[in-house]
Amino acid sequence: MRRIGPGVAISALLVALVGLAAIWPGLLARADPNAVEPVDALLGPSGAHWFGTDQLGRDVYSRVVHGARVSLFIGVGATAIALLLGCLVGMLAAACGRLVDEILMQITDVLLSFPGLLLSLLVVAVLGPSSTNAAIAIGLSSAPGFARLVRGEALVIRQAGYVRTAVTFGAGRARVHLRHVLPNAFAPLLVLALLSVGAAVIAGSSLSFLGLGPRVPTAEWGSMLAQGKDFLTISWAMAVFPGLAITVTVIAINIVGRDLQRRFEGRHPGGTF
Amino acid sequence: MTPTARWLARRLALSVLVVVGAATVAFGALQIVPGDPVHVMMGGAAPSPEVYQQTRHELGYDRPLPVRYGRFLGQLLRGDLGRSYQLHRPVAEVIGSQLWPTVQLALAAFGLAFVAAAALAVATAGRRSGWRRLSSAAELVMISTPGFWVGVLLLTAFSFRLQLFPVAGGDSLEGIVLPAVTLALGLIGVFAQVMREGLERALEQPFVLSARARGTGETAVRLRHALRHALIPMVTLAGWIVGTLLGGAVLVETIFSREGLGRITATAIAGRDLPLVTGVAVVAATIFTLLNIAVDLLYRVIDPRMKEVIR
Repeated sequence: MRRIGPGVAISALLVALVGLAAIWPGLLARADPNAVEPVDALLGPSGAHWFGTDQLGRDVYSRVVHGARVSLFIGVGATAIALLLGCLVGMLAAACGRLVDEILMQITDVLLSFPGLLLSLLVVAVLGPSSTNAAIAIGLSSAPGFARLVRGEALVIRQAGYVRTAVTFGAGRARVHLRHVLPNAFAPLLVLALLSVGAAVIAGSSLSFLGLGPRVPTAEWGSMLAQGKDFLTISWAMAVFPGLAITVTVIAINIVGRDLQRRFEGRHPGGTF
Repeated sequence: MTPTARWLARRLALSVLVVVGAATVAFGALQIVPGDPVHVMMGGAAPSPEVYQQTRHELGYDRPLPVRYGRFLGQLLRGDLGRSYQLHRPVAEVIGSQLWPTVQLALAAFGLAFVAAAALAVATAGRRSGWRRLSSAAELVMISTPGFWVGVLLLTAFSFRLQLFPVAGGDSLEGIVLPAVTLALGLIGVFAQVMREGLERALEQPFVLSARARGTGETAVRLRHALRHALIPMVTLAGWIVGTLLGGAVLVETIFSREGLGRITATAIAGRDLPLVTGVAVVAATIFTLLNIAVDLLYRVIDPRMKEVIR
């Protein structure tokens, strides 16, 4: 087992902290994120308001902490949708013979070559803006990558000795793929999922930055940044801290994800012997 | 027919299917969108029944679905993508007029990212030093930072504080600097990683040894001999690059209030201008299928062994 480096430990701690902010924001920030105080509008960082205040005098620190919930919801939700859809399509392609495989992979390749942000923008254009729809849109646009990975893993794992043994003992096609192939494809899938949470957090905040995320006054990092952009001449704090929150969260997720990736490398369950 | 011509014919036929498929999906999506298209076109004003019926008739919404689908496909074949609800101009014309600023921006960003990443890769490949670790860390940060935040930061620092560059718009050379830098930063991290891996592989090849034996200096070996080979994997990335540039343009053009396809797309989606959204989708699908064919074709030219792999 590899030792856990200090960078990875700090990153894991940060991810946990963001998770805590998403579940129980009141623990980290006392102030009401939606309390309007026009007298205190557009203040810089101070002891009373760590990250300053926005154009309505709302506490930016509190809004950043409360914003973790929507960002993580979109990130994790989108990844869950992509994972589910990817597993379904990938396993169908691997299990159902050549024709199904060819058709599904053609479609997957076309979607894979299409720019992700544009694809999720188009889906949001149809579904309408909200955080749930943002999660669906981003999930749909990242599903093709998962489908490719699942299919590839399944084709390798199917050659493994234990799978052949199961077939010899009379296990049907569905049983082989659900009970033996899918569980063993899980390690690389989990790594991709973790890395894709980071990408989905960025994609989600991009959508809300463009005004296609949750409705106001919901605190969300992307839309906070978009508002901050309009007051750059007066206050830099409003635009800087939400962006910092996104960046730090995604870097932490990526560092933990890459560390896991290195751990799983070379320990492939598909190896025959 | 030569095998390559047959392969090309098959791929082109397939790509027509893909584009028609994408257009059909877009058409289908238009049908299930909640809200009456006539109301969207009227921009929220309540029309009188006569005007309503007339607009409905002009848009063709009083006809059955198969007829509308047939008409849609017929128009598509003639390059007619319909009329924009908001701009009241043909969609094809709007896209055509907005294409060039975005291409300009994308080319500038690509050039910038390419040069920066090549310099990083040449300087750090195969060298286990502090510099390399620093550049790896920088790449991670660049990949994890949302481009729109970088854009806003650059805007704060260089336009509002230092007042070096215009705050918005600007077709001048100065106007394109900050948007191009913002767009390029998202690419440099990935470019540098790919080029460095390619360089490290190339530096182990016999031709590098022979160049060194002739007394060629290390920098010249890297720039003149190894870098060329390190660029081949970049061809594979072409689709991803154009996709990232196009997607990034939506954000960057919005931040810097620049004209272009990205900004038009963002406003069309926010304003539910569905013909324009469909038009952008169809054009993008066409660009990407053609691009994929071009990439595979290029691979067959670069490396004839690929003929066996890419069918």
